[in-house]
Amino acid sequence: MIHSPVRSGWLGPLALVIALASGGLAGPIAWAVQPDEILPDPALEERARDISQGLRCVVCQSENIDESNADLARDMRKRVRQLLTEGHSNDEVVDFMVQRYGDYVLMKPPFKFSTVALWLAPALLLGVGAGAVVLYFRRRATEPAAAVAVDLSDEERRRLARLLEDQAPPTDKETPA
Amino acid sequence: MTAKSSSSPGPARRRWLYFLPLVVLVLLSALFLVGLDRDPRFLPSELINRPLPEFALEPVPGRGRPLESAALKGDVSLVNIFGSWCIACRAEHPMLLAIQREGVVRIHGVDWREKFPEDGAAWLAQHGDPYDRVGLDPDSALVIDLGVTGAPETFVIDAQGVVRYKVTGPITPEIWEKELKPLIAHLRETPQ
Repeated sequence: MIHSPVRSGWLGPLALVIALASGGLAGPIAWAVQPDEILPDPALEERARDISQGLRCVVCQSENIDESNADLARDMRKRVRQLLTEGHSNDEVVDFMVQRYGDYVLMKPPFKFSTVALWLAPALLLGVGAGAVVLYFRRRATEPAAAVAVDLSDEERRRLARLLEDQAPPTDKETPA
Repeated sequence: MTAKSSSSPGPARRRWLYFLPLVVLVLLSALFLVGLDRDPRFLPSELINRPLPEFALEPVPGRGRPLESAALKGDVSLVNIFGSWCIACRAEHPMLLAIQREGVVRIHGVDWREKFPEDGAAWLAQHGDPYDRVGLDPDSALVIDLGVTGAPETFVIDAQGVVRYKVTGPITPEIWEKELKPLIAHLRETPQ
C-alpha cells in the first residue's frame, strides 16, 4: 500500500501544500519565538511564554504574541522578557501592556461593567433555552393523549369510523373471481 | 402539532408569541447595523491626557538632532510614526509636507523599524522632509510605550508634553482642517 503509485503520487503535492499553508506566509520556522529571544533562565522563559500567550498581537488581532510572527509581536515579546529580567512580576508586566494598549491587548477580557453582556450572555441564553425545553416537555406530559379525540365532532367520529371500516382486510366472499 | 388542546390558555393570549421571532429579528438587525459602522481595528489610545513617557531616540543618520521627550515641551507639536517600508505613510507624506509649509505646528517623526538606519534618511531625501526632529525606533521601544499598532499614527502633544489626541492611519486634509487645526489652536489658547 505504502509503495503504491497512487499514494506516493499525491502525497508529495499534499505535503507541499501543507508546508506552504503552515509556513509559507510566516517563513520556514513554524515557532514564532526565535532562538535569540529565549531567555537563559528557563523559569523566567516559562513565565514569559505564559504571559505572551495571554497577550493579543495588536496587528493580527486573533493571535497571541507568543504565536505571531508579526514584527510588533516580536518586539512586544522582547519587551515582556526585558521587564521580567528587570524583576517585574507577571501582573506588572501584563499591567504594563494594558496601560499602553488597553484591555484589548488581553486575550481574555476582564469581567467588568462594559463586558457583562460578553461574559453572561452564553449562560443566560443557555438558561432560557433549558427553561423552554423543560416547559415544553412538562406541558406535553400534563396534556392527556386522548385530548385529541375529545375535540372530534359527531360527524368527524362517524367519518373516522367509516374510514377505518374501509381499510378492514377484505374477506373471501368479497373477492371478485 | 395536531389539533389545539383544550387545556391550553387559548389562542388570544398566546398570539404575541407569533411576533416574537420578528421582534428578535428586528433587535438583532439593529445590533448588527450598529456593528457594521464600528471598525474593529480602531483602538482608542490609552495615553490620551497622560504625559508622554520619557524617551531619547537616536537621530536618523546625517540628520542632526535626535528626538527626545524634553524637546517636545514648550509648544504644541505633532509626533508622526512612519517608516520607509510603510505604504500608507508614503500616501500621507504630501499632507505632512503641506502642514509643514503652512507653518502652524512642528512635526516630529518616529522612524519605526527600519532594517538599516540609512533607509529612513534615503526615504526622506527622496520624498521630502517635513520633520523638525526624527528619531529612530528600530525595536518598537517608543512605539510600544505609545500603544501604537501600526504606521502611520500621529499624536498631538501639548506644550506640557501631554498626549491630547491620536490619529490612526494617514492624516487626510479633512482630519487636518476639521480636527487637528482647531485642536492645536484650542490647546494654544487655553494655557493648561
